[in-house]
Amino acid sequence: MTFTPVNGKESLVSHDLLHEVEQFLFFEAELLDDWRLDDWVALFTEDARYVIPTTDLPNGVPGQDLVFANDDIGRLRARVERLKSRHAHREYPWSRTRRFINNIRIADASGDEVTVNASYLVYRFRDATGRGAHVDTYVGKYTYNLVRSEGQFRIRHKKAVLDNETLYTHGAVSIIL
Amino acid sequence: MELADLVIDDRERGVFRVHRSSMTSPAVHALERERIFNRCWLYAGHESEVEQPGDYIRRRVAGRPVFLVRGQDGEVRVFLNTCPHRGALVCRQDAGNAEVFQCFYHAWSFNDRGDLVGLPDEEGYAEGFDRSERGLLAPPRVSNYRGFYFVSFSPDGEDLATYLGEATEYFDLLISQSDTGLGLAVVPGALRCGIATNWKLFVENSFDLYHAPSVHQTLFSYLKRLGHDSAAITARPYGQVRPLGNGHAVLEMPTVGGGRPVAKWHPMYGEAAKSEIEGIRARLQDRLGEETMERIAGSSRLLIIYPNLVLHDSAAPGIWTIWPDRPDFMELTIQVVCAKEDVGARLERRLSHFELGVSATGYLHPDDVEALESCQAGFDAPEMEWSDVSRGMHREAHGRDELQMRTFWRQWHAQVQGYAAAASWSDRPTPVETTARATAD
Repeated sequence: MTFTPVNGKESLVSHDLLHEVEQFLFFEAELLDDWRLDDWVALFTEDARYVIPTTDLPNGVPGQDLVFANDDIGRLRARVERLKSRHAHREYPWSRTRRFINNIRIADASGDEVTVNASYLVYRFRDATGRGAHVDTYVGKYTYNLVRSEGQFRIRHKKAVLDNETLYTHGAVSIIL
Repeated sequence: MELADLVIDDRERGVFRVHRSSMTSPAVHALERERIFNRCWLYAGHESEVEQPGDYIRRRVAGRPVFLVRGQDGEVRVFLNTCPHRGALVCRQDAGNAEVFQCFYHAWSFNDRGDLVGLPDEEGYAEGFDRSERGLLAPPRVSNYRGFYFVSFSPDGEDLATYLGEATEYFDLLISQSDTGLGLAVVPGALRCGIATNWKLFVENSFDLYHAPSVHQTLFSYLKRLGHDSAAITARPYGQVRPLGNGHAVLEMPTVGGGRPVAKWHPMYGEAAKSEIEGIRARLQDRLGEETMERIAGSSRLLIIYPNLVLHDSAAPGIWTIWPDRPDFMELTIQVVCAKEDVGARLERRLSHFELGVSATGYLHPDDVEALESCQAGFDAPEMEWSDVSRGMHREAHGRDELQMRTFWRQWHAQVQGYAAAASWSDRPTPVETTARATAD
């Protein structure tokens, strides 16, 4: 057992729980890096949301502000179908990606629900034009709401805030963050 | 290559070709800056972004740092964002509210009229030092059309309303979608990105339907699963193109198989939205008559204001600005604009269309970027000298043809050579157009 500050207060978060959350996030990153998208989308609950705010408005609220992504489970599954097709041209062939997830912290835990903050660094490599190596670097903060169901975590909410102030060198966000 | 030879425009044979050095040459790029971007009216911002006295936004317009600020007197002003003392940026945030703009370098301070209102140790300057000569500088001309603010870096030339000409009809159609007369509001948040392509390719692509079935097949597949019938988009003829003078053009096309939040209900919005959308539709008809209502509710308009503004009157109306950076690199900003009364579910429907389409993560934008960067890479083979823009030139061109691009290119080709305007923008010049508008500088 270990003490981790939750909401600025000292409270008890078990080392086991932290370890379990970490392993879950690393597993998710591996699925995305390996382009196992069907397995990835299966991690989400039926009432899930996947949100990416715009770079200039990291606190943007879906439905009120412009956000890049605001998927319910239907749109999320469609996003996966699209990326698996041969017609998502910016990702055909798929880029190489590597995700680094750190600073994982449990912000809240009650019952079967866990709110998790983490930092991410996602590299994307793809030399689509043959003009030389191109690297896209996406940096930011994840917030997850995880729920435990049948002994496993599921993602009910995933928000990827970008620290990049614009997409000047990226052009788009064609991968899943 | 002579400038006059960069575009082949043979109306009789139906041949229209653009020499690819137009997209790669640093010399052409420099001429564009001087003869197009230093001369035309350029969009800078919308009144709703500076709603309250003191509100400001920072932009780059034609490479220059500028900011717009609403004064305590209610007037919107535009200033070049550079301190008259030594040059530092006076406004250093993208948006905010301020009564005084203090340069952080030597602490010269300016009010919202650009007047120099304070500086440390003023006694250090000679007697003739005149604060009134050391104020912020405004672009030579600033004007607005119904809240859309434009600047021109040329001290003379036609006024904004004349420049926009027939295109004002399409601003009006967008603005009239506001039920309450409150007008439009830019939604907070923007897509800001760079693209490794020449800016003109993005302009062309903004109202190119010919590429849609191939590049955007994934969107059509998705919409089909939702019950949209998109077949009409690939049928021809589809949509109408209208050159509007000065290089502006619009592509107007019926909304087929799908919906528009203003105001055509579709199952994708859910049953609960039906009565609300029908209410919007009925009010449109009361205010504007059936014909205009049908036009607003039943069709989209992709308007290019030459050289670099797209007014994308689609389900999620967009304000897009396209800026050349280098011959093979451009910057893009996409904002969404809605009626001020679009809140709650009304706004959600609008935003949902953006998220699906031209968002950075959408079905449209990433693949457009891929296509345009791919074209630019193809231009690395200079032996293939020409691009073909002749589609539909031999007939009455429709929306899946390329008249809209030719309209743009004709103005571009005239201006890059130093003429004020093309002699004609259409494939078949109207009598008005043939009264030789072209005048040498």
